[in-house]
Amino acid sequence: MADRVRVKTMMPPGHVRTPTYLRGKEGVIERTLGRFKNPEQLAYGLPADEKPLYRVRFTMGEVWGDQAECPTDTLDAEIYAHWLERL
Amino acid sequence: MGGTPAGPVCQDDHDFALWEKRVDALMVLCGNTGLFTVDGLRRALEDMGEEAFETMSYYERWIAAINQNLLESGTYSLEELGARMEEVARRGPTYGEAQDG
Repeated sequence: MADRVRVKTMMPPGHVRTPTYLRGKEGVIERTLGRFKNPEQLAYGLPADEKPLYRVRFTMGEVWGDQAECPTDTLDAEIYAHWLERL
Repeated sequence: MGGTPAGPVCQDDHDFALWEKRVDALMVLCGNTGLFTVDGLRRALEDMGEEAFETMSYYERWIAAINQNLLESGTYSLEELGARMEEVARRGPTYGEAQDG
């Protein structure tokens, strides 16, 4: 059973690497990519902790709802752990 | 993902001007010497807003973003930048004239 996650819905102004169109969407962790320095800190020239990065898979049906042309097609996005909630 | 119609994509190759190559090299230098990272470049580019993407060329946006980061990191002050820009402008408009020393 794959780990299901939901992307956080928060909308802080500033530099983030989580696409707006995926906020609040549910997906599954496709793989773990390792730990990388947090680009949201690096972008401001600040010291950055290493954060786990995941490749998360979403269905087009989840992302686009009724607008999806092929609802079972999937989309992968690389998202840091601090943007994900386990379901 | 989404957005407004942007028209056809120009597929032609084009040569880069000398100053554009220098801007690219400057970014590599800034990263390698630890002044700031490409994350900072990207942050400043995205903060410019939509108008900058319609009115400035690719490397014009880059040099503006590099300058923003170098000011923030304290690498030089606005006063130093302004004085140096005037000094270089006084040398003349061509690459040869503007060359230091």
